[in-house]
Amino acid sequence: MTQQKEKALILDSTGIERALTRISHEILEKNRGAREIGLIGIQRGGVHLAHRLAVKIREIEGAPVPVGSLDITMYRDDLGTRKSQPVPQATDIPFDIQDKVIVLVDDVLFTGRTIRAAMNSIMDYGRPKRIQLAILVDRGHRELPIRADFVGKNLPTSSKEKVEVMLAEDGGEEKVVILGE
Amino acid sequence: MALSSKDLLGLKGMPADEIRLILDTAATFKDVSERDIKKVPTLRGKTVINLFYEASTRTRTSFELAGKRLSADVINISTSTSSAAKGETLLDTARNIEAMKSDIIIVRHSCSGAPHFLAGRLESSIINAGDGFHEHPTQALLDLFTLREKLGRLEGITVAIVGDILHSRVARSNIYGLIAMGARVRLCGPPTMMPAGIERTGAEVYRNMDEAIKGVQAVMMLRLQLERQAAGLFPGVREYARLYGMNRARLEAAGKGVIVMHPGPMNRGVEIASDVADNDSVILEQVTNGVAVRMAVMFLLSGGNKAEA
Amino acid sequence: MNILIKNGHIIDPENSVDEKLDLLVADGKIAKLGKPGALSASGAEQIDAAGKLVVPGLIDMHVHLREPGFEYKETIATGTAAARTGGFTAVCCMPNTKPVNDCRSVTEFILAEAAKNGSARVYPVGAITKGSQGEELAEIGELRDAGCVGISDDGRPVMNAAMMRRALEYSTIFDLPVLSHCEDMSLAAKGVMNEGFVATELGLRGIPNAAEDVMVARDLALAELTGGRVHICHVSTAGAVRMIRAAKDRGVRVTAETCPHYFLLTDEAVRGYDTSAKMNPPLRTADDRAAVRQGLADGTIDVIVTDHAPHASDEKAVEFDAAPFGIVGLETSLGLSLKLVEERVLTLTDLVTRMSTAPGRIIGRGGTLSVGAAADITIIDPEMKWTVKAAEFRSKSRNTPFEGRELKGRAVRTIVGGVL
Repeated sequence: MTQQKEKALILDSTGIERALTRISHEILEKNRGAREIGLIGIQRGGVHLAHRLAVKIREIEGAPVPVGSLDITMYRDDLGTRKSQPVPQATDIPFDIQDKVIVLVDDVLFTGRTIRAAMNSIMDYGRPKRIQLAILVDRGHRELPIRADFVGKNLPTSSKEKVEVMLAEDGGEEKVVILGE
Repeated sequence: MALSSKDLLGLKGMPADEIRLILDTAATFKDVSERDIKKVPTLRGKTVINLFYEASTRTRTSFELAGKRLSADVINISTSTSSAAKGETLLDTARNIEAMKSDIIIVRHSCSGAPHFLAGRLESSIINAGDGFHEHPTQALLDLFTLREKLGRLEGITVAIVGDILHSRVARSNIYGLIAMGARVRLCGPPTMMPAGIERTGAEVYRNMDEAIKGVQAVMMLRLQLERQAAGLFPGVREYARLYGMNRARLEAAGKGVIVMHPGPMNRGVEIASDVADNDSVILEQVTNGVAVRMAVMFLLSGGNKAEA
Repeated sequence: MNILIKNGHIIDPENSVDEKLDLLVADGKIAKLGKPGALSASGAEQIDAAGKLVVPGLIDMHVHLREPGFEYKETIATGTAAARTGGFTAVCCMPNTKPVNDCRSVTEFILAEAAKNGSARVYPVGAITKGSQGEELAEIGELRDAGCVGISDDGRPVMNAAMMRRALEYSTIFDLPVLSHCEDMSLAAKGVMNEGFVATELGLRGIPNAAEDVMVARDLALAELTGGRVHICHVSTAGAVRMIRAAKDRGVRVTAETCPHYFLLTDEAVRGYDTSAKMNPPLRTADDRAAVRQGLADGTIDVIVTDHAPHASDEKAVEFDAAPFGIVGLETSLGLSLKLVEERVLTLTDLVTRMSTAPGRIIGRGGTLSVGAAADITIIDPEMKWTVKAAEFRSKSRNTPFEGRELKGRAVRTIVGGVL
């Protein structure tokens, strides 16, 4: 792998916080409260974000929202074409998704293939009333007709660049950066 | 992290991190079997062949379910329907199967080395589902998985394997797997059923069962093939059960919370008393875990671009 | 045609010759030996053997030519072509053909075929018992008269001790050696390789050393009892070597042979389920290999043979349990055996003794460069380096565990009865 260096800082810790706060408000507004909502973070980048959104929604609304995590490895469409198999992480959805509004949460929206896999996976756990998508950074280059309902930041990129979201939960400085040659 | 071979032929020589990868992966696949929809699209479009030259309901079903839960197309070929009866060689049969574009061939055969023989001659991934007295790697992996689930670790535990070690592929795979993972292994059985030089694997050999199981965390009881009596390897079932059978008194004398395992099918009242089998064993959990482990193995072997690997 | 072999290093243990001499062959016989340049031979074909060894034709007294009955594995023509390529001027062919060589007509067929299509001399070994069934003695006198040089039920031991006793007693009439394949079938059972740790790891059924040892012990006792000549075939165990040595010390009429694979390989060669390392007796351990080497060095083991056992490729390309026992050896034996000289286990004279003089004595044919003897001569380039390539074998079969092995020393000329 060629070493990529940091080309630009997109969001700092404050920027990330602001974006998540705004998304929380938008989720509540769109769904008229938190009553039907369940948040599901996509492994690995989306899980911490889902938990943060849950905290914020609770602060705003005073009511808890359930949070789960979803691993989409088994639903990928590129297995066998990669050099080695990705190791599946845990899927843990501790609530019944039947008739819930599921807000899928991920850090970066790129080709849309992960979201396709996530939706297929969700369907195997039950029949949600609706699925919405919350994304911290939408970097474009979609390969499937998928669009986010809630976006922290729209970011035009070249397809060769890499967008990396680093969160405090993983240890280290919290930021969103573009990496390139 | 990936498996270094296109095939799973045995656990001998498999590094601990590869075994750990399989066990970790199996943990996530175990969840799939616990959902209402027990199926994921992971191996959609892949063709898995169960090529069984030896009857086995349990193992074949386990592999079949594992394949189907991964959305692979699974075809079963067993001796009664295979061309072996018509005198076709193993290689010809396997080449014909591969000509129909198989991705994974799961082989059970009474001849040790048969999966090895095919692995060197076919493109498909070969999974050894038990060959002669050689290895039965997925059985040992599910045993390791079950032990790790029950005890939280494998390193530093002591496991006794009791019975006909000589003719047991389950014992051999477990010896390699357990020792690779840092466990200690004790072997116990009549000397007529103890293979030459087995202590060179690092396992300790015992003649007396009560000594062998004293203080261990788990005991694996092996199935006694009753036809071994005719070969003079033991005088009779009654004496065998008395010397090498697991019963309540023995289990209690061994220590508290000793896990009792059996790869099945059991001879109740011979190597394991019904009372112990039904109340103290983890036999059915082993069976449940078998599906998850086999899903993990098929998943891991399907990954990776073989040309690049 | 006369041949003058010049400047060669002649080794003839029979006549205690070990020096640089010229050798003249006339009318198919050894005519004269003399100092280099001392022999005049106008019109003789001249062979410059400088730097080469000139030895009595090598004899492999344990070979399976497969004809009649298994011509898809080998024929007398291809087997003797392989022998000659390997430096052998004569081979003894075992009787386990189809039909078994247990009567005059089969022996005559073999000899006629050898005379017509053979490239080396063929000395048939007749069966001990009819059909090698171990139940009734074959007509050994008739076999001897037809041309058999020994008797054996090779491939199948004579399990009945009383039958073996009778064979040893009866064969004394003709002073024929009884070549014994020593294997207790009840101990060998369904074994496919040496019993030991490697078999344990591979999950293959083992054949213990004792399967060979108990039969060697039995046959030595029977030879002692009867005064018969027993020749212990393909010795593979330390126990057999030890017992044969002790029996020889007591004066029992026993000779013994082993094969290159028993002094070069161990059961480790079976790893990977390589069916070209499957033979009977099986490859043993390093201790056995060392004992076999010691036995060769001290003369306990008289003869190096190949037990050349050709099998078709598809017969060997099967599950290890299902593959037949046996490997080919005629084209590799000399190169492999020269290793023993390189490793100072044997002197060159010892090697020629084990591969020519001793087998010649046991079967009463050849093994000498005495003046007047048939001109069976092998010329060896001891320095020639070559690589074993089964695809180039003259034998019909390719089942060798030595594929790709680098060897030093090879027969460059094999002269049979004065014919180049």
